[in-house]
This record gives sequence, structure tokens and C-alpha cells, in this order.
Amino acid sequence: MRISVDTPLCTGCQTCIASCPYDAIAMKPYMKEEKALINEYCQLCRACMSVCPEGAIKEYREAGDAAPAPADDLSAWKGVMVFAEQRDAIASQVGFELLGAGRKLADMLGVELTAALFGADREQALELIKWGADKVYHCDDPALRSFNDEPYTALLADVINAYRPEIVLAGATSVGRSFFPRVAVRLKAGLTADCTELDMEEPDESGGLRNLLAVRPAFGGNIMAVIVCPSTRPQMATVRPRVMKKGVYDAARKGEIIPLAAPVCKVRTKVVDVIKEDAGLNVNLQEAEVIVSGGRGLGGPKGFEMLAELAALVNGTLGASRAAVDEGWIRYGHQVGQTGKTVCPRIYISCGISGAVQHLVGMQSSDVIIAVNKHAEAPIFNVASYGVVGDVFEVLPALIKKIKEEKGP
Amino acid sequence: MKIIVCIKQVPNTSEVRINPETNTLIREGVPSIINPYDLHALEAALAIKDAGGATVTVLTMGPPQAEAALRDAVAMGADEAVLLSDRAFAGSDTWATSNALAGAVRLMGFDLIICGKQAIDGDTAQVGPGIAEFLDIPHVAYVGRIAGITPEAATVHRLMDDGYDVVEARLPALLTVVKELNEPRMPSLKGKMRARKIEIRKLGRNDIGLDEKEVGINGSPTRVRKIFPPDSRRDRRLISGTAHEQACELAGILKELKCI
Repeated sequence: MRISVDTPLCTGCQTCIASCPYDAIAMKPYMKEEKALINEYCQLCRACMSVCPEGAIKEYREAGDAAPAPADDLSAWKGVMVFAEQRDAIASQVGFELLGAGRKLADMLGVELTAALFGADREQALELIKWGADKVYHCDDPALRSFNDEPYTALLADVINAYRPEIVLAGATSVGRSFFPRVAVRLKAGLTADCTELDMEEPDESGGLRNLLAVRPAFGGNIMAVIVCPSTRPQMATVRPRVMKKGVYDAARKGEIIPLAAPVCKVRTKVVDVIKEDAGLNVNLQEAEVIVSGGRGLGGPKGFEMLAELAALVNGTLGASRAAVDEGWIRYGHQVGQTGKTVCPRIYISCGISGAVQHLVGMQSSDVIIAVNKHAEAPIFNVASYGVVGDVFEVLPALIKKIKEEKGP
Repeated sequence: MKIIVCIKQVPNTSEVRINPETNTLIREGVPSIINPYDLHALEAALAIKDAGGATVTVLTMGPPQAEAALRDAVAMGADEAVLLSDRAFAGSDTWATSNALAGAVRLMGFDLIICGKQAIDGDTAQVGPGIAEFLDIPHVAYVGRIAGITPEAATVHRLMDDGYDVVEARLPALLTVVKELNEPRMPSLKGKMRARKIEIRKLGRNDIGLDEKEVGINGSPTRVRKIFPPDSRRDRRLISGTAHEQACELAGILKELKCI
């Protein structure tokens, strides 16, 4: 397949050249004018196709292209399965979120919703049913309590091959993002990473195969891509935590638990120790609902003391831009951005942060962004839901005072 | 010990700007760099080399201009460089990329492979574990500390949401690393001179023994259906007034949002 410019339609506007992430488009002479030409550096990402105002850039099939697999083979795959991870033998929240997203997909397809649970006991499997699973494939072997790539990969691949779900979801966590790619390779399946939205293609008239539409950010969050797996099953995806709504919890819900034996496979890694850190090196920004973040505008460690007071009042976790960390005003563990952590809290309050792209990529998917900065042109205001142009040393103390008044004695 | 470091040449996505009118990517003038996570991977390999007894080879799969990234890696201290490049690889998704890189690695021979956690253009973090699966070797992802390396095993810290796991992996193995691991060194003058002259080994599809159907767009189970700009914030409100008035309105908003 190749992507080419339909030259007579090209107006020479060069919008495509500016959009190509791989420098694969250049202007070339064509009959007394200059037109865009795509060269061999093209990686088929389709960014140019989406920006051409004339629709002059098109996909062309080539002789060697593989024909899509016949739908018959794939229609035997039915059902939506979620991998419900656990930590310390307790089912993690992300599993309930996956059941919420999975239920929506399963209902659209008219198929069952199942969950796979390894290394936790029956009580946790029952919880998954209450959160929406029709069936739970359950291995309670304590050897699987600590996450380990090889046995998890072997067992999940076996379960998928046995029960043939058309869609398999996992959380985009340290666990999911580590072993799901191994499962996908083993099953020759397509895997889309870190999805923020899942939907199904509209059914077509012939009643043919319906593909999952997996939507996810790329290029550091600067674009969104819709990914499909047209010729392979299962369709796999890891899903960003705290974006999907959890399923409806029904304590009376009934379902089936199918026990699984421990996997038989090579195990060449061993978890020797599990260290928990809350106050130490690891600041749990990823799980925070509210983050109160400070940048160069805070002027020094005293500014962060003020911010810490605000954070305490709103039950928030302290964050920081790279500039503040580099100055030594706050520890690296609090850094949000391209060279720090990527976060997606419900509320992100940014104080004295200009909003350089390196910072934005770490927090722009927050639900609500509130920004305080004394420069009206600061780029942070392009992404903020609520913007306050003002001095942090006037606005924040006033805000702290007001919140204390609201809260009362 | 033979260490292979997989690197990728990427556009510097933190410098990519968005056209405010069309909301589309402006790539013009944005430099190509070695993927930042790969620098940490390379540094880890070079540190093992410094301790004695290891060679470091950098490998990249990319278009011909990716050679520049390999030379930058040699300038930092890599001993050898391999470019896996073929028009047939264009449009590869992570499955096809892992397959091709594994093919190259098999040809090259190794004891340890170190990769960055993810590339800042694709952002998938899938290729490292994918290569390990194709090679049937163990892997540990999100490595924030390498506690010890022997010819038999690597002992590392895998970062989790709430702390870290201490994991021991038998060699040969693959590690994907995060930024907390180390501080990448600057290239040396001697390194830069060496990088200019070094001969880069070039491999194509035939060299790694893969069929046309297994590589590039034809070997990719995932397809990009569409690309679009992220939603610009719908509700955008600038709160004006004195600092006191602004604070009052903010407090009201925080109350509505159930923050206080």
C-alpha cells in the first residue's frame, strides 16, 4: 500500500509538508508549478491525509498487498473479555473500569462479558461478577499473586485460545503494558496501547464483521488515532486507567466462575521482593484525583509551602513543572511532564506554570484544568477550562483564606 | 557480555506545535532526535561496559536517515551500529516492528537487550516486550534500577504504581527502562570522531529472513483508520476581577467540583 498525492488536485498549499512527522513530503516541479510529492520516508501514518484541504492525498493498494482475511474465519470469535489485575490479591479498580467499558461493547455486539483473574481468591472473582462480568476465568494459585510476565502470558494466551473472545482488554498499567504485548505477539493479534475511548464500528448491511474502534493519543498527545484490526482476532487493547466509567455494581448479580489450573510454562523471572513506597521516592501522582502543581512562577520553596497548604485543603497531591524541580524547590518525584510523570486527574490546578508543550503532554488529558499565571499569553491558558490571569502570591493566599472560611472551624 | 541497545529516531514531539487555526500538527523545523528513553537504555549498557567485559551494539529499524541516530549513539560510546532498513518495513505496527527487530537481533547474537520503555511518537511501549516474545526470552519492563548483572542473571527494580518489585531475570533477557534509571552521558570528542568514521552494518528484509507478508503494512494486524486533533477544551472561561474576586470565584468552582 502507498500514500500518494493526486497531483492534478494539489494546489501547492504545503499544509501536508508542515504536518508530516517524518519529513517525507517535498515540493517538486510539475508542469510549470510546484506540487507536493511523498517520498520513501513515508511511514503511512496518514497525518497528511487528514489535513489536505483538497482531499488530494490518497491511499493506493499495491499488487503485493495482503487481501483481508475472509470474514467466516473470524466470526467464530465472540465475546468481550477483560483482564482484571490484582495487587496484593485484591482486584484493582482498573478491572471494574474495564468491565464498565466492556459491558457497553458487549451489549452493542449482543455477546457475553467475561473476566480473567489470576492469583486472587474466589471472593475477588465474585466481586467481578457483581461489577458486571457474566463469567470469570479464575486461577487462584498463590504463585500468581505477584505479577510475573511469563506465567501470566501463558495462562491468558491459553484462556483466549480456548474461549475465543473477539475483544480482550487490560489496564494500561505497569502490569497490562508489560505482558499484553507478549500475548498479542503469541496470538498474532493486533494490540492498541493506552486507549482513551472504545467504540464499535457501525454494523454494515451485509451483517459482516464488526470491528472495535480503539482511540488513543500519539505523538506525545498531540494527535489522536483511531486504530482497527480488520483481519485478525482477538482485537486487543490496553485502556488508560481512570478514564472509563466503572460498571454498575449489583450485589445480587449472578454469574459463573470457571476455575483454571496454574499454567505450565518456562518461568525465567522471579519476583524476589515487593517494596511499597508512599512517602518515599514514589509520589503517587498517577492515582491522584486532584493535583495542585507549581512552576517557575512560585519563585522558590516558600511558594511550594503555600501550594502544599492549598493541596491539603483540596485533598490534592503536589505536582511540579520541570523548571521548579531543576531549581531544587521540590523533589523530582513530583514532576509532571514529558521527563516526569504523565497524569490524568479529575482536576489539575496549575500555579505559575507557563504551559510549555513538554509540561502539557504530561497533564493535558486531565478532566478539568484550572490555571493561575500572571502572563495572559501563557500557553497554559489554551488548555485550561478556567483561567486566572493574576499573581499567584495574591490569588492563592486569598483562595486559601476563602476555602478555610467555607470549611468553617 | 554482548549487549544490544534498540534505539529509534523520532521527531521531538515536545517541540511539535499545533496550528491554532486547523488544529493540526506542524512538524516543520522540528528536529529528529534519539528517543529520550533510549538514551537511558544506552547509558545503562555503557555503564555495564564501563564496569568491564561487555560490548555495546546499537540497533535501529528505520528509514535511511536513522543512520544519524546510530552515529550519535556511537558518539556516546557504543562499539558497533546496525541499521535495519528496507522500504518493505514502511507502515509497520508494533507487531511487525518487533518481528523485524527480533530477526535482526537473532542474526547479531546477544546476552542482554536493553530498550527504552516507549518511543515518544508511537507512545505504545509494546515493541520491547514484543521482541522478547519473538525471541522466547524473559523480559522485565519499567526498570528504574539495575541492582546487579552477572553472566547468568539481571536483578532489577520494576516500577509499579505503588512502589517497585525486585525482579531477577535469567539471561539472555530483555529490559525496558524508564528515566529514573540514570542520567545519560554526553558524547565525548573522541566518540564523535569515531562516530564520523564508523562503518554501519546494514540489514534488509532478506537478511533477516522474513517474507513480504510478515513485514510492513502487510505484516501489521493493526491499521490506522483515522488521525484527528485532540478535542480542544470546550468550556474555557477566563476569570477576571481583583485577586480577591478571582479567589472567590475559584472557591465557588472548586465547591461545584466537590473539591472542598
